[in-house]
Amino acid sequence: MPGLEDLYREIILDHYRNPRNRGELPSPPALRAEGFNPLCGDEVVVSLELEGDVISDLKVSGQGCSISQSSASMMSTAVRGKTVAQARGTIKAFRAMMSLHGQQLDGRPEGTGAGPWANEVPAGTALGDQPGTAEALAGDGGADERSAAEVAADEGVELGELEALQGVVKFPVRIKCATLPWHTLAQALDEAEKDKA
Amino acid sequence: MEALGVMPEPRPTEPVRPLDVSRLKKDFPILERQVHGKRLVYLDSASSSQKPLVVLEAMDHYYETTHANVHRGVYEIAEEATALYEEARAKVARFIGARGPEEIVFTKNATEAINLVAYTWGRTNLGPSSAMVTSEIEHHANLVPWLQLRGEKGTELRYLRLRPDGTLDLSELPRLVDGAGLLAITAASNVLGTLPPVRQLADVAHAAGALVLVDAAQSVPHTPTDVAALGADFIAFSAHKMLGPTGIGVLWGRRELLEAMPPFLTGGEMIRDVGLDGFSTNDVPWKFEAGTPPIAEAVGLGAAVDYLSALGMASVRAHEQALTRYALGRLKERYGDNVVIYGPPEAEERAGVISFSYKDVHAHDISQVLDEAGVCVRAGHHCAKPLMRLLGVPATARASFSVYNDQADVDVLVEALSRADALFG
Repeated sequence: MPGLEDLYREIILDHYRNPRNRGELPSPPALRAEGFNPLCGDEVVVSLELEGDVISDLKVSGQGCSISQSSASMMSTAVRGKTVAQARGTIKAFRAMMSLHGQQLDGRPEGTGAGPWANEVPAGTALGDQPGTAEALAGDGGADERSAAEVAADEGVELGELEALQGVVKFPVRIKCATLPWHTLAQALDEAEKDKA
Repeated sequence: MEALGVMPEPRPTEPVRPLDVSRLKKDFPILERQVHGKRLVYLDSASSSQKPLVVLEAMDHYYETTHANVHRGVYEIAEEATALYEEARAKVARFIGARGPEEIVFTKNATEAINLVAYTWGRTNLGPSSAMVTSEIEHHANLVPWLQLRGEKGTELRYLRLRPDGTLDLSELPRLVDGAGLLAITAASNVLGTLPPVRQLADVAHAAGALVLVDAAQSVPHTPTDVAALGADFIAFSAHKMLGPTGIGVLWGRRELLEAMPPFLTGGEMIRDVGLDGFSTNDVPWKFEAGTPPIAEAVGLGAAVDYLSALGMASVRAHEQALTRYALGRLKERYGDNVVIYGPPEAEERAGVISFSYKDVHAHDISQVLDEAGVCVRAGHHCAKPLMRLLGVPATARASFSVYNDQADVDVLVEALSRADALFG
């Protein structure tokens, strides 16, 4: 049985108490996207500025539980200053980390199966996630059975302290809290590419 | 406006007896289980109540011995199944003071019951020149059907306003019901516990020529209900909040109204005759029960009604009111201004639901922390988003009580809340 310490890691609580890159950038010129979880009322607003392919600045605002707000804060530090491609790669790796593990879906007791990075379920099947979220997060709409570590390696990105959020997967109803900011970031990046096109 | 119809004899006032909760708890098998190694403390009955063994056994027994489709077979067990199904209807009718079982329509839940009225009576009787009145504290189930009707028919939708003390501002009611065809109001707010004075509202609405629909989902499970005394024309409630199974709810309507309404869902069971050119409808209530109904669920609901009736609804109300008073006191005594409680301040003025926030800890996190102590509370907007916006909070935590809760349950809740300090303080 997972305990609260699996969910509320110290680094998560630190980002919750002291959110990084908090606020909004004037829009325009910044691109802005709003994410909303209709089930619990959590809100995340992502505004970002691009210089060429680089996310030169990014801020997040909104309201919600510790998991959604800390995930937003950690996301901001992870992708600010990175290229759009790196940001999309991090989104993919994070999405893989937030999908439920095979060992929980096939009924084997926890800890008897492969480690938490193995047997990722295909995109879009994560219990508790919003329909389409995983697919939207994947960006390419395709099923992805790679582990988060494999995705991160393939994308040339590092999850770093984001790994602290992997405990959320043991609390399926909270997964959508953690993925909300990332979903919103993906929307903002989509807007950016639409603008370019 | 026609008269309310023949008023039934007022039922004798029930005696109030204390509930022996330690014995009652044993009737609910789920309360024996543990979560996270702790005793299950279930404080989310406003969302859905737990079920006593007698309800589960009644449904099992029905499936094991009697199941067949109702109103169709001429063989023995089909007759028995039909009798059980109709007996459940009669039990529900007596439980709420209906004039007869024909006024009880079985639906999927309270939501479907309200939709039934919106789609049949509403779309027949309301148009762009009429109006509907509801309140700002309604559950989405008693709001969205009327918003939908407004969108389709152009019928104006007017609102009784919430006052800072958690009650409704009734002073505007005469103006609001002027020219209105319907007042749709909750008997007990699922968020604030507010108990609008339904009879008083109904009298004003009737005087203006409007009908009255009461969302009784949070009142029928917790307090004596007499539809005539309530002054309602329709009431809606769900079995699963009153110790019964999911999948069945009730629309009570005055027979004359039900008879004049067009059918809702159509198909088998609800017809008298069908030809290739058309159909005629069955009598009420079957006119509104298309397809095979939830038979075992009706049997379970009947058993739940028996269980609650044996306790006595006046006793249930007294118990839950005392427990609410205790919980309000304990939360304030322990946490002072760090806990904010929404709704009327006095237990006498509210149903057994307590929505609260603690410091600036999000309701999700409160619920998660309490879960670790085995305590189940609801966290979120409680399907009442307009109300949450008025309260200025995105979400609240909510503890709600039923017959199987006692002071020890409240004590676990109060103690467990302190864990939030360790994590988020």
